[in-house]
Amino acid sequence: MAIDLKTKALKKSLFVFHLSTGSCNNCDIEILDCLTPRFDIERFGMVLVGSVKHADVLLVTGIGTIKNAERIKKLYEQMPKPGFVVAIGACACTGGIFKEGYQMAGPIDKIIPVDVYIPGCPPKPEAMIAGIVKLLEKIK
Amino acid sequence: MKKVIVPIGPYHSLFEEPEYFALYCDGERVVDIEWMAGYNHRGIEKLSESKHWDQVTFLIERICGICSTSHPIAYCNAVEDLAKIEIPERAKYIRSIVGELERLHSHLLWVGLAGHFLGYNTVFMWAWKYREPILDIMEMVTGNRNHYAMMKIGGVRRDIENEDIDIIKKILDELKGKLEMLTGAVLDDPVLAARLKGVGVLTKQDIKDYGAVGPVARASGVDIDVRRDNPHAAYNLVEWKVITCQDGDVFSKAVVRLLECFESIKIIEQSLVRLKKIKGDIAIEVRYIPSGEGIGRYEAPRGECYHYVRSDGTSRPVRHKIRAPSYVNIPTFKASCIGETIADVTIILAGIDPCYCCTERAITVYDADTRKKLFDGKDLMKLSQEKTRKIKKQLGFKEK
Repeated sequence: MAIDLKTKALKKSLFVFHLSTGSCNNCDIEILDCLTPRFDIERFGMVLVGSVKHADVLLVTGIGTIKNAERIKKLYEQMPKPGFVVAIGACACTGGIFKEGYQMAGPIDKIIPVDVYIPGCPPKPEAMIAGIVKLLEKIK
Repeated sequence: MKKVIVPIGPYHSLFEEPEYFALYCDGERVVDIEWMAGYNHRGIEKLSESKHWDQVTFLIERICGICSTSHPIAYCNAVEDLAKIEIPERAKYIRSIVGELERLHSHLLWVGLAGHFLGYNTVFMWAWKYREPILDIMEMVTGNRNHYAMMKIGGVRRDIENEDIDIIKKILDELKGKLEMLTGAVLDDPVLAARLKGVGVLTKQDIKDYGAVGPVARASGVDIDVRRDNPHAAYNLVEWKVITCQDGDVFSKAVVRLLECFESIKIIEQSLVRLKKIKGDIAIEVRYIPSGEGIGRYEAPRGECYHYVRSDGTSRPVRHKIRAPSYVNIPTFKASCIGETIADVTIILAGIDPCYCCTERAITVYDADTRKKLFDGKDLMKLSQEKTRKIKKQLGFKEK
């Protein structure tokens, strides 16, 4: 029952935390773009929060670099559950162009479990919104 | 004297990217600052050596999302310098247009973020709203909002059609009025002036000592701009001027960036008029890159971007060295942050428009005499794990 109530509340307003783990900055800027007047995801109740401890959704961009891998795990553990992980961009989904690099610790799903993948380099803000809508369907 | 360390990062809501700053404070005042990098290091220089000359343009575009056409232009300049190639005139104008559109969107992005850091979210929303039409132009011309893939050794990949030129002109005309309004609102605001004037001052001597480049140098009265000093693309074929300010504080940096937007629009408008008249190819075919060395420079929105390539006549670069502008701008924090209060340091850190993903480096330990590699990250980790195993054995734990 408690979990049901939690997921029901979750559907109404997702708090997202943005985690850049060795990206080229572009997906990060497109995430910020979602908050600005043209796309304005705040009308769906989504807010970008400053601490992972307040977040329901972890938006991960970029390849997981060796230096970051441990920190990604730690941040994932700190996120209150039920929480969801969204991998944004080609790097986070598969490794992209950096796949053969010596600093690659693996795509994000090798480090932490991922719920939704949004491919693209970078994905358009529309694609990100569509991805989050799919996540909402998954929660239901 | 007791010192307090205020850590910022690596995952801090202030930064887009993982980054670590340690502020050593005495009360409210910052007495020293330390910076640690390497969270975003992806090993691009090494990857570049495993790719074909043409593939490298796509890889180095992904060094940084905001300057994603500055790096390819600098790289193409370097390879064209190596192979002694002169690109067609039409390609020159298209390069300038895409480069300046990028500068427009990058400067507007900075103005927005600076407003956000100061608690002026209205500025943030405005600037990012006016940035959207530029991204629309980019999508129309190049097919992607960011990562344009327009540059190619010997020219450009896609042409700008005459029908598109009229639409671009219309969008730019609308943007000009909005930009004038934004510039007036930001520069005349008494609160912003009180927050920014006299904060984080860099003198002319500081700029020379640290070798800072770009808008940071121009805001302190150092008149450098690669577009004028080392002409390439169409920058010597159109009329424009380099903006400089004398004060060196964060306010001057904002003035330089906002006024540069108007110069960019000027360059784009002149280039578009010429582009309509010029007929011809957009690229020449490059079949072979001879052995040798080449240097390419480009004035990225953040300053001078420098690329060096060496070829041995095969299909791949033997060495590709990249120096992004933030790498020389970040050390100026030592001069600008010390003596300021913590509340002001935030905007000083943001004032140089730092781009950490351009800057990241990794450490490898070499023997000074033999030039033999001693350790890299993996070796050090292995060393540490071996020690743990050894201690476990000594303490009588069984190996699993």
